[in-house]
Amino acid sequence: MATLGQITRRTLLAGAALAGGGLAIGYYFYRKAYANPLEEGLAEHEQTFNPYVKIAADNTITVIVPRAEMGQGVTTTLAALVAEELDVGLDSIKVDHGPAAYAYYNSEMLAEGGPFPFFNEGVVAESMRTVMGAAGKLLGLQGTGGSTSTRDGFDRMRQAGAAARHMLLAAAAAKLSVPAGELETANGTVVHKASGRSVTYGEVAADAVRIEAPSAVRLKERSEWRLLGQSQMRTDMRAKVTGAPIFGVDVSLPEMLYGTVRMSPRFWAKPMRDDLSKAQNMPGVVKIVRLDTDSGSGFGVIAKNTWAAFRAAEAIEAEWGDPEYPPDNEAISKALHEALVSNDGTALRNDGDTDKALADAPRDKVVESDYEVPYLAHACMEPMNATARLKDGVLDVWSPNQAPTIVRQVCAKAVGVPQDKVNVHTTYMGGGFGRRAEVDFSVYAALMAKEAEGRPVKVIWTREEDIRHDAYRPAAVGRFQARLDEQGLPVALDMKIASPSPLASIMRRTFPWLSPVGPDKSIAEGSFDQPYTIANYRVTAIPAPVSIPVGFWRSVGNSYNGFFHECFMDEIAVAGGIDPVDLRKRLMTDYPEAVKVVEKVAEMAKWGEALPDGKAKGFAFTLSFGSWVGEIVQVAQTPGGIRIEKMWIAADVGMALDPAILEAQLISGAVFGLSAAIGQEITFADGMVEQSNFHDHDAMRIYQCPQFEVAILENYHKMGGAGEIGTPPAAPALANAVFALTGNRHRRLPLGKDVSFV
Amino acid sequence: MRLTVNGEVIEIDADPEMPLLWALRDLAGIMGPKFGCGIAACGACTVHIMGEAVRSCSVAVGDVKSEITTIEGLSKDGTLHPVQQAWLEEQVAQCGYCQAGQIMSAVALLNVVADPTDDDIDNAMGGNLCRCSAYPKIRAAIKRAAAMKAGA
Repeated sequence: MATLGQITRRTLLAGAALAGGGLAIGYYFYRKAYANPLEEGLAEHEQTFNPYVKIAADNTITVIVPRAEMGQGVTTTLAALVAEELDVGLDSIKVDHGPAAYAYYNSEMLAEGGPFPFFNEGVVAESMRTVMGAAGKLLGLQGTGGSTSTRDGFDRMRQAGAAARHMLLAAAAAKLSVPAGELETANGTVVHKASGRSVTYGEVAADAVRIEAPSAVRLKERSEWRLLGQSQMRTDMRAKVTGAPIFGVDVSLPEMLYGTVRMSPRFWAKPMRDDLSKAQNMPGVVKIVRLDTDSGSGFGVIAKNTWAAFRAAEAIEAEWGDPEYPPDNEAISKALHEALVSNDGTALRNDGDTDKALADAPRDKVVESDYEVPYLAHACMEPMNATARLKDGVLDVWSPNQAPTIVRQVCAKAVGVPQDKVNVHTTYMGGGFGRRAEVDFSVYAALMAKEAEGRPVKVIWTREEDIRHDAYRPAAVGRFQARLDEQGLPVALDMKIASPSPLASIMRRTFPWLSPVGPDKSIAEGSFDQPYTIANYRVTAIPAPVSIPVGFWRSVGNSYNGFFHECFMDEIAVAGGIDPVDLRKRLMTDYPEAVKVVEKVAEMAKWGEALPDGKAKGFAFTLSFGSWVGEIVQVAQTPGGIRIEKMWIAADVGMALDPAILEAQLISGAVFGLSAAIGQEITFADGMVEQSNFHDHDAMRIYQCPQFEVAILENYHKMGGAGEIGTPPAAPALANAVFALTGNRHRRLPLGKDVSFV
Repeated sequence: MRLTVNGEVIEIDADPEMPLLWALRDLAGIMGPKFGCGIAACGACTVHIMGEAVRSCSVAVGDVKSEITTIEGLSKDGTLHPVQQAWLEEQVAQCGYCQAGQIMSAVALLNVVADPTDDDIDNAMGGNLCRCSAYPKIRAAIKRAAAMKAGA
């Protein structure tokens, strides 16, 4: 592992690079609080206490949740953090995303960016977390990703609620001429029980905001919580069952035009020759705009309605440049395998002496396998879209996005306006899964708005454009070797994993003026950072030079490392003659929380009890985003193929703020993993994606979905994430179940290439 | 061109070949039906025509001669339709984007089959994709709605 000196140097360089050379004044800015972005744009009779709380004279209480609501429930759980301390119910507040602002920085998103397992709490790892967390604040990086929202907001948003309540109490005490200590709060009202008098928050808000915010506030003990720790009614549910227009595609503005894009089907390539005449003359077409951006090149069609734009985009005739990357699956696989045997990797874990332990291993004690997984698209239900208007030098962008301050920065640069003339309005999202951390759809809309003479343009991609222009989950290959001892336990495990680097890919299209920094740990996350103790244990991450755009796909590197690590563990168990669950427990003795998860899920699934013929179970475990997750899948052979009957999940999240939302996320994450495992892949021919829509890149349907049983544990002393943690163990649990059922070991995804599922 | 949507007659100026989905969304401002695929493969755009669940992305507006109901037409005077109420009580939605389509398919099912079995639900709802996988709760909500209607 790297030493502290190396780590801090690399990290500081990373910070300097990302900040564009702003590090010299870094410490000052790190200490200084960002301005409250709500100060501008307050309604009449409305007051703001801090970036998270607004209260109007009529007692309308607005809580800002500055994170992307893409289904994971942040508009409920983060609002509950503030509401808990403010002593108001979730049904009596309004929740708003708020503007793009540095005040809404996410420090957790970078804090776990270092090459350390979550359970490593040594000096080096903790120093790294502190430095990286500070960098998150320094950069003002407002983003939703890495399953960080509740961890990042837990202290800050509770403090915001408590500070506002403290100020309201002080103002009420003055107004009622009683000591603050005699006052109580409930449901947005301050009550003086002794005299029976009360005032609403709204009535004292104007006085309260003039009181200095307390430098320290006492937060409630867990035993005092009324909202947190219990399942809440989601604040967005009524809008979602009534079809309310809350999504990016639903934006409606006066004088609005409509549009779509037709981008080069080969990434990074430009149109070599084009004929727009046919498209331009189609009914309803207003204008066709050439788009040339760091994300891609092609054409934007502005029209009087979306359908007219779609038809015209289809009618564009163009020849596109050649691909700069291996053009088809065979060539891509070859490039990945060449990387695998190169010496370009970084050993993110290197315990003992793996080479030595493997060198003199007897053949019959060695387990060896190669694994391979494909590119994957996010396929959010809501296709990529954004609406933009450039009028009087001000750019407004309505965007369902996961990174508002980056959207603001990149759109300002693309259109040529200062950042303070850009307003990003973040809508609800019809799925995100990491896709909406990208800036492409926002930038295209902004550039098209530049050509629309002050009118807003709502730019919606077709599903075909969406599938063919993603920032894909990278393809990856792995070569694994283990040596077993006389008892069948692994004494050496060597894992080499090669994959294109999402970090390098994102830097190229989002911050092309910066150079990528350090090794990308995501290539091997889910393999190098697992709670197993093996005497000689090496995991090497190797970046493969394939420049097809890759990005953050729900659980990122864990999505395929879970499959690699846990299927290979299953192979080790079988080779050593040890029950797969028992093997995990024996290798995890240094991590009692992990053992408890394994025991819990095994107990729920009655692991080890005999099953009827034609049924089998598979097990997998992945620690990701700070949460420890074990999953068991039961499959059954039926005349129509293998049916995934049931799935059990046990997850230790450290602290469960909303059990129902957590359970929904675990199931959602697991099915996301199963969908990919049974049938999804993005393949290439002639440098172009071959899939285009749900007929050839489908996901699990209701009739395929297994039954679920979920248990949430709180044994670990740190809170973990929720949104992505169900995904990594799903594919390996399924593949291991298929092995148990059929005796066939499948080492490539999707399994549907080799097995037929119902 | 005239359409009857949610009991109201609306006048729009549409190419008859335009898919009903875009006529509703872009011309009539009815945003409940969502665009997901454009090829009737995901169900996000589901509306009712004469009470039957139809993928509005794949029906030409010029071919629609009967009454259309969208999710906006389900609840009356702020009172949720029993299926919407069941959806609320089961806390079904995550991102919510597919839910208008899911609810329209479920309402159409329950209009024909008062007490659907799991197979009935699989058959009726298989065309409605949900990337968040709210499926277990969708199933529970349909059963809850059936029970509510039976008890009403």
